[in-house]
Amino acid sequence: MTATPGATPTIVLVGHGMVGQRFLEALAERGLTATHRVVVLCEEPRPAYDRVALTSYFSGKSPEDLSMTDMEFIEKHGIELFVGDPALSVDREAKKVTAQSGQVFDYDILVLATGSFPFVPPVPNKDATGCFVYRTIEDLLAIEEYAKNSTTGAVVGGGLLGLEAAGALKGLGLTSHIVEFAPRLMPVQVDEGGGAALLRTIEDMGLSVHTGVGTQEIVVDASGHVTGMKLSDGSELATDLVVFSAGVRPRDQIARDCGLTVGERGGIAVDEQCRTVSDPSVFAIGECALAADGRVYGLVAPGYEQAETAAATIAADEAAFTGADMSTKLKLLGVDVASFGDAHGTTEDCLDVVYSDSRAGLYKKLVIGRDGTLLGGILVGDAEAYGTLRAFTGSVPPVSPESLVLPAGAGAPAQLGPSALPDDAVICSCHNVTKGTIRGAVTEHKCTTVPEVKKCTKAGTGCGSCVKVLGQLVNAELEASGVEVDKGLCGCFSQTREELYEIVLALRINTYQDLLDRYGRDGAKGGDGCEICKPAVASIIASLAPAIGAEPYVLDDIQAPLQDTNDHFLANLQKNGSYSVVPRIPGGEITPEKLIVIGEIARDFGLYTKITGGQRIDMFGARVEQLPLIWTRLVDAGFESGHAYGKSLRTVKSCVGQTWCRYGVQDSVRMAIDLELRYRGLRSPHKLKSAVSGCQRECAEAQSKDFGVIATANGWNLYVGGNGGATPRHADLLAQDLSDAELIRLIDRFLMFYIRTADRLERTSTWLERIPGGLDHVRDVVVEDSLGICEELESLMAAHVAHYRDEWAETINDPEKLARFVSFVNAPDTPDPVVGFVPERDQIKPDLPLLSIGVRPLEGSNQR
Amino acid sequence: MTLAPETTDLKVQLQVGDDEWFTVCDLSRLLPGRGVAALLPDGRQVALFRDRAGELYAIDNRDPFTGAGVLSRGLTGSLQGRPFVASPLLKQRFDLATGQCLDDETVRVRAYTVRAA
Ligand code: SRM
Ligand SMILES: Cc1cc2nc3c(=O)[nH]c(=O)nc-3n(C[C@H](O)[C@H](O)[C@H](O)COP(=O)(O)OP(=O)(O)OC[C@H]3O[C@@H](n4cnc5c(N)ncnc54)[C@H](O)[C@@H]3O)c2cc1C
Ligand code: SF4
Ligand code: FES
Repeated sequence: MTATPGATPTIVLVGHGMVGQRFLEALAERGLTATHRVVVLCEEPRPAYDRVALTSYFSGKSPEDLSMTDMEFIEKHGIELFVGDPALSVDREAKKVTAQSGQVFDYDILVLATGSFPFVPPVPNKDATGCFVYRTIEDLLAIEEYAKNSTTGAVVGGGLLGLEAAGALKGLGLTSHIVEFAPRLMPVQVDEGGGAALLRTIEDMGLSVHTGVGTQEIVVDASGHVTGMKLSDGSELATDLVVFSAGVRPRDQIARDCGLTVGERGGIAVDEQCRTVSDPSVFAIGECALAADGRVYGLVAPGYEQAETAAATIAADEAAFTGADMSTKLKLLGVDVASFGDAHGTTEDCLDVVYSDSRAGLYKKLVIGRDGTLLGGILVGDAEAYGTLRAFTGSVPPVSPESLVLPAGAGAPAQLGPSALPDDAVICSCHNVTKGTIRGAVTEHKCTTVPEVKKCTKAGTGCGSCVKVLGQLVNAELEASGVEVDKGLCGCFSQTREELYEIVLALRINTYQDLLDRYGRDGAKGGDGCEICKPAVASIIASLAPAIGAEPYVLDDIQAPLQDTNDHFLANLQKNGSYSVVPRIPGGEITPEKLIVIGEIARDFGLYTKITGGQRIDMFGARVEQLPLIWTRLVDAGFESGHAYGKSLRTVKSCVGQTWCRYGVQDSVRMAIDLELRYRGLRSPHKLKSAVSGCQRECAEAQSKDFGVIATANGWNLYVGGNGGATPRHADLLAQDLSDAELIRLIDRFLMFYIRTADRLERTSTWLERIPGGLDHVRDVVVEDSLGICEELESLMAAHVAHYRDEWAETINDPEKLARFVSFVNAPDTPDPVVGFVPERDQIKPDLPLLSIGVRPLEGSNQR
Repeated sequence: MTLAPETTDLKVQLQVGDDEWFTVCDLSRLLPGRGVAALLPDGRQVALFRDRAGELYAIDNRDPFTGAGVLSRGLTGSLQGRPFVASPLLKQRFDLATGQCLDDETVRVRAYTVRAA
């Protein structure tokens, strides 16, 4: 079968990986998809995905999350994409490509983007059951499946990918080994000193490292399953599973077969335009190409540049790929490693500046030219400066190199602000975005946030390693363009919420008035405050109440005037002035008796009843004076307030878990109830939601929660910073395989750290994106205790737990407070006449016309 | 309608006619910074407030943006020395002395004269 070519010239792309996809985008940007028929042959069973982020599959990213292919884009541009159909051969004479399915495509231009294959050393039994490579989503799925019945795993190769693979095996609960032939880890990127610091950190994480030894043979049992490996030093390592990560080789077979020139050590030879040296109709880009500078690039950024170059050349624009830098930053859990530029100091006459502290696992080296030019460097243990340093590479930094590597505190380290960078400094190397472009996004395109700038410039949307510098740049630019960012909480306080928290805690200030009079802005001192700072300060005081000697009960006379309306009535105000009531149903578990009680109360008070999105029941349409009566019956039946009204813990959703579900591996319901009872009533900068799933299937949607817990065979994985709502965000994995006690301790710390440092009305998701250092910083603080505050965080939480009291019960037992629950102070028995209801679907809904009948405009005013 | 029992303390009174004062409640029922609603004999609702300095204010209780009788349940504050309440529903602020909406100059609610006697 031969596919008929259209009248339009045809471009056939072989390989739909990261670079292939980028090439398609470049074609579309240049309008070439309109003038050409574009055919894509994709070998893998799924279109292009983010291979760089492959390992994040193990921290909860689904294959769909990793996808880089927008099917709308493919359709819109009329691209013919054949998934799961690799090219088998190329006939250059006839200009035809034959695919596995038997289809034959004529081409005018052929682009090879076939990537690499993992190199597997030719050791005996290398193909035994239990041997894997680490390159595709399918590889990961297979490893994950096999790991379920394994306890130990070994990775052959201690390079960038090997370490990533070893981290993943550990995450799967395996005892993990790394076997590296070279005398140190990451031999390509780091030197001896860096390797030593890295080794220490990796071993501290519980991985066993064997350097300077080769793998001689894979040992198998009678059924052909891996049981261990023989090493070159004569020793044997017992393992159930082996992952080969000993480097990659260009996939150039199809090119060899059709007579294209390939390099001595592989790679399809191309010129600076990415055209093969043998055939002007054939291009090669990405990891399969041997670039004009004689190198095969194993990184995505150079591949992207090649994709742009090839597309430009096809469009008859001028472009050239002459080489790229090999900067990398390791994304392995808990280790910071970065190398950039001429990391090994191969430039003639270059000099080193080295700071090394093996006790702290720190190693930083800069390679400097004779004239002071920064040529490259290696950072291990602390890669904070990576983004800035990389951008300075090739120029003379404005401060002395020593000051760039010394740790904070040692001889005043230089703060190299982004302002020091020249406009043509490349900030994002994945997308080749310069500082000038980013500034332009702020000044000309009026972007005011990092996400907006990301969207506008693409910066930061590749490997993500530049996002930090990006944030600094955007802020600096906003400030420079006169957007005076007053970080004060409101018109009354010039401090941020975090600063007020610190003041309240340190000075044990327990009333709002005291805080306002001492720390308010000049015009606000002595005044009545405002509707923004009152609830914010009320929340701070409430979450610290036991520690600062304040009254934790929110309706206490001093705290009551500060509470938002909902908190003040311990119920949620509805559009017609009535209220809704949500009792706590911890973990969503409820007895039939309690369900009946809710039903009876709702029936007796004529309330509209609805199952909420948070696994509990909401009763709407209560008038103020009915609230205490409703609560009394709920409290009698054993219910408590569900705090649906407060900026505090809402629900901890659960799935049914191990007790009933055939897949469950832990008791998710019990854990959800424990968590909900522990954190109930905790006042926080914004509401807190949580969920616990009994297995990786994630029926409780824990990854969309502020703190979500997913059961593993060995305990619990804790995810943080998830959000549904208007701007959904998948939660990030904070820690794995925790015991019950470890889990709770970590959540205690996490929540208290959030409460301490977040802005008002800032969910954990936005907080995590905003705070400097992001997730890594939070992990340092709450897991590693880098600030030494964990004990304090834990004791603050312990105080909250010990002092918790149910607000409803407290209120119905206090006649003075109850007197506030009336529609009219002078007519306590009279209901508000504008709160009325009409029937709908066998229940009630607010009588809205009644609200407009109530109009009594003041003469002369123009009311709506 | 049952009216709140009288006590010997100071009373909050609203001016409803030239020389006519309507007694609402004991002054002690007004927590500084928090409002209460009162029902007038003609069916109107009034929101009464007491600020930190002890000053009393009264405006219509009806939120003109939603029609609900809720202004008494809003959070109060002061802006350049002028007291205001923010509607608990959609958060528009109203000057307590004049009833003027601070977020929409075309909207104003009625303000009442109020005293403690
Ligand atoms: C009742 C309920 C809808 C329902 O009928 O199912 C509901 C109702 C309200 N939601 Fe919600 N949300 C409800 C579940 C959710 C969920 C789903 C969930 O929790 O699983 C979400 C998305 C998940 C999330 O928060 O990440 C959700 C995202 C929001 C948001 C957006 C938050 C965000 O970060 O983007 C708001 C607005 C806000 O909080 O600022 C909001 C605000 C509200 C308010 C409080 C709006 C208001 O001020 O009146 C509603 C008051 C309810 C009342 O009067 O009782 N509601 N809301 C659900 C109560 C759950 C519960 O049992 O407590
Ligand atoms: C775990 C991991 C982590 C990484 N981390 C980083 C990192 O942090 N930074 C970085 O810069 N790089 C990283 N890389 C490398 C990066 O993923 C590659 O440089 C990039 O994917 C190269 O893109 P490519 O399109 O050339 O090749 P690929 O993405 O491999 O795509 C090639 C595609 O072509 C297909 N193919 C091959 N032959 C045929 C055929 N005959 N017909 C049809 N299709 C065919 C293959 O199946 C494949 O899907 C990482 C790689 C891995 C595996
Ligand atoms: S998350 Fe797992 S354990 Fe829980 S209900 Fe779903 S499949 Fe079952
Ligand atoms: S450098 Fe990779 S996303 Fe910017």
